[in-house]
Amino acid sequence: MVNKKSKTWHWSQDVHQLFKKIGIKQIAYVPDGGLAKLLERVQADKSMRSVVLTTEEEGVAQMAGAWLGGQRGVLLTQSGGVGNCINMLSMMQECRIPLLSLVSMRGEWGEQYPWQVPMGQSTIPALEAAKVIVHHVDQAEKVPETVAAAAKLAFDANRAVAVVLSQRIAGSGGQG
Amino acid sequence: MVVKSTNKYTLQRRKVVHRILEDRGDAAVVTGIGNAVHDVASANDDPKNMYLAGIMGGAAMVAFGVALAQPKRRILVITGDGELLAGIGSLATIGVEQPKNLSIIVIDNQAYGATGNQHTHTGRGVDLVGIAAASGFKKTALITTNAELEAELQHIHNQPGPYFAVVKVMSKTSPRINAPKDGTYVSRRFRAAVTGESA
Repeated sequence: MVNKKSKTWHWSQDVHQLFKKIGIKQIAYVPDGGLAKLLERVQADKSMRSVVLTTEEEGVAQMAGAWLGGQRGVLLTQSGGVGNCINMLSMMQECRIPLLSLVSMRGEWGEQYPWQVPMGQSTIPALEAAKVIVHHVDQAEKVPETVAAAAKLAFDANRAVAVVLSQRIAGSGGQG
Repeated sequence: MVVKSTNKYTLQRRKVVHRILEDRGDAAVVTGIGNAVHDVASANDDPKNMYLAGIMGGAAMVAFGVALAQPKRRILVITGDGELLAGIGSLATIGVEQPKNLSIIVIDNQAYGATGNQHTHTGRGVDLVGIAAASGFKKTALITTNAELEAELQHIHNQPGPYFAVVKVMSKTSPRINAPKDGTYVSRRFRAAVTGESA
């Protein structure tokens, strides 16, 4: 592990290494600024297949298929995409299929764009209503250990888990 | 008053699905919600059938995830026009990703059969075969007769994909059967049969 005090350390390094270690083979995502560094790392990694989606709900269905076919995957999404996923998440609940998801927040810490706020503020209640277990993290140093814990809960205990990354981590900027 | 859909086609959906599945070999099958579940389960309740009795619009992407995980096995989607329309963006994603072992078969009665045969867009000009072709599917087909179905079977099961076919069928539905409903049961049975591991 890289020294987390170093100026060049970014949480995405450790999370990418974790994905390799636990055998993640499918990455599904809609591009997002808060996850950009992680996306660059996984896209460059030939040991996992990165799939760009037209809408996040496709990724929920793909993750269910990955598990049915014997592989592990991760869904990467911005909070705005969580609302698109609700009906598809019924598959995880009804079939008790693992889901590991990383959700980067908008509409939260220091948000400047008003249209981001409604879905941002609905993200965690919506996930919880769909019976997804939420691990909220607001410090970069705690992201890797939180994702590791979420991965165990997902793949070893067969649960749907979302690691929600506070806007405080990525910065409160971003475009409308 | 709700206008009920009728169409000019003569193929019977259940016979079509049974004929396709006769030649399935070791393929895994993912069904969409609605009549497709019963069409597939009535042929043979194979452990390699994943009946999706929910998540409307999700069948193609569930099958895509299986197809990436099981690259040596053919994965068939048997679904309806209403179900596919609900996840139409999936065709763009699959067209870009080019899974060679995925075939999508749409049993198109131009109606929402499970809710009273209300019109879908496919009877009003929307061309799913055209959308799939324009999205990059390697081979596409429109099937309206038994002869066309017979000619297309080898492509459905063997053509390097992604493959996409629409089979136009009459709007009359066949009786529902007692397909397994419990998701934990069907999914674990499927996973064990397809991967050879217990879940």
